[in-house]
Amino acid sequence: MSLIATRGLTKSFPQVTALDALTIDVGAGVTGLVGANGAGKSTLIKILLGLLPSTSGSASVLDLDVDRQGTQIRARVGYMPEHDCLPPDVSATELIVHLARISGLPPDAARERSADVLRHVGLAEERYRPIGGYSTGMRQRVKLAQALVHDPELVFLDEPTNGLDPLGRDEMLTLIRRIGTEFGIAVLVTSHLLGELERTSDSIIVIDAGRLLRASETAEFTQTTGLLTVEVQDLDGGNSRDRLGRALAEKGLRVMPSGGLLQVEIVDESTYDVVRDLVADLGLGLVRLQQARHRIEDIFTVDYAAEGVPHGDPT
Amino acid sequence: MAIPPDPAAARRSVIHDIGYRKYDGPRLGEAYTWRTLYELGARHCFGLGRAARYKVLPMMLLAIMLLPALIIVGVQVMVDIDEQVLPYSRYAVIMQLVISVFVAVQAPALISRDLRYRVITLYLARPLRVDTYVYARVAALATGLLVLTGLPLLLLYAGSLLSGLSPGSETTDLLTGLLGVLILSLMLACVGAVVSAMTTRRGFAIAAIITALVMSYTVGATVQGIADEQGETDVAGYAGLLSPFTLVDGIQVALLDAEASTPEGPPGVAGGLVFLAVALAVVVGSMVLLLWRYRKVAGR
Repeated sequence: MSLIATRGLTKSFPQVTALDALTIDVGAGVTGLVGANGAGKSTLIKILLGLLPSTSGSASVLDLDVDRQGTQIRARVGYMPEHDCLPPDVSATELIVHLARISGLPPDAARERSADVLRHVGLAEERYRPIGGYSTGMRQRVKLAQALVHDPELVFLDEPTNGLDPLGRDEMLTLIRRIGTEFGIAVLVTSHLLGELERTSDSIIVIDAGRLLRASETAEFTQTTGLLTVEVQDLDGGNSRDRLGRALAEKGLRVMPSGGLLQVEIVDESTYDVVRDLVADLGLGLVRLQQARHRIEDIFTVDYAAEGVPHGDPT
Repeated sequence: MAIPPDPAAARRSVIHDIGYRKYDGPRLGEAYTWRTLYELGARHCFGLGRAARYKVLPMMLLAIMLLPALIIVGVQVMVDIDEQVLPYSRYAVIMQLVISVFVAVQAPALISRDLRYRVITLYLARPLRVDTYVYARVAALATGLLVLTGLPLLLLYAGSLLSGLSPGSETTDLLTGLLGVLILSLMLACVGAVVSAMTTRRGFAIAAIITALVMSYTVGATVQGIADEQGETDVAGYAGLLSPFTLVDGIQVALLDAEASTPEGPPGVAGGLVFLAVALAVVVGSMVLLLWRYRKVAGR
């Protein structure tokens, strides 16, 4: 059964079409929703919460219709917004207890759940201090806690790693993984970084300009997006990038130019050796050889194999 | 006799990480949500349940509001006066500056804050409809104002009864006064909420509300004074519509037979009905504006 289902969902604003006939299905576990900024991720979440009416098409969350049953959806779903949304003048405990009550929990239950949830997200003694003095990491935890306090069946997390340092990012991703597994709450988490979500999510949906680009299990995804970033320099000043690109393509590797860099698809361990040997053979200077940090752009760059005729979507 | 500790029990009591617990208790409906939001808002009007620094200003304003009533009661009891020194219906007009400051400080605290820090997003992501949120916030502010304006009247009433004034006529006058401050509280809450919802800057909202309330009264009083001089009694009467304070005063004078605070009240019962209609239009119009504004915010 899918927890979220959209059929031809379209949202047009006067200036821009945010969602363009989007049809997706989201099941249990952790689902990553990946797209560049402005791809329509936040708009989709607003529609799924029943806060923003769609232009056409339909969508349901937990088998409830988003247009007519928004209130019921919001009782069973949690939402962590992308932007800062915390008042500075109350403590985390006060805020979470209050919001739990607004979700319909009786006072005692609200207090008990708040203490539980704040402990789970890792806020200790500081939860009694006003939020105004919190670090970004702590604020993100408070935002996450308020999304979980009423024990939802599904949570929408909009860019939860935004503004976090690498350590905070890892902790947040681990926490999200736990929510999906230990807590048994389905998660739809958005990010503009594909690499970030692939180890957290069970499946990944990629959208671009409001359209579905790709939806699949994470395992499939990692395979095809295992990319090596190569940067070379020609000491004689020639076009080193394209020379190496063609040579690699002749060896049967999938190669894509990306700015001044090359993205080489990693087949297995030997790919590294092939690249190294070719660079040496061509007499180029190797500036960088790095496992690519997968970004959304990786999925639709041009392909050398097609003899200079660029076409999208290498898959 | 001391009970020897049971070593077995001590060994058994260990702290377990019980992990995530599901909640399967009751989930209450919108009436409960409304009440939660309303009660907290009304308490916050006076800084109740908050740190001391949030109590200082509203409590000070309440004290200033009560002070004249307290003095009047003291004099009344000591100097045996057989008439109400200050009519209930005029108290709010006389103390309007204090009331205006209260609206200017508390309306933005209650309304602008959620918009400025986007806390509204967290409210609207819950099973709470936009309209319910708006009604609860305005009702909370109106309640705060009603306490501020109604409490001195009750104090005056207690003093009057203590000094032996006729309970019958005093009760009628008190009810007239309370009805007046009820209408006033509703109107001021609505106007304050609209101004606060249009700006997310607290300081700006404070200045705008104070200016609007003080200016409207000054302009109204000036027009009234000039028109009265010129013998244009109708114009002078209707000039009372310009300020919420004189508007309520007009309703009390024309429809409830209260003593006027202005040189000229509304002309007759018909004029009183016009005043009442305008008060109603202000409340309804403000609510329409507020709901429109918040529905737009909800989709963002």
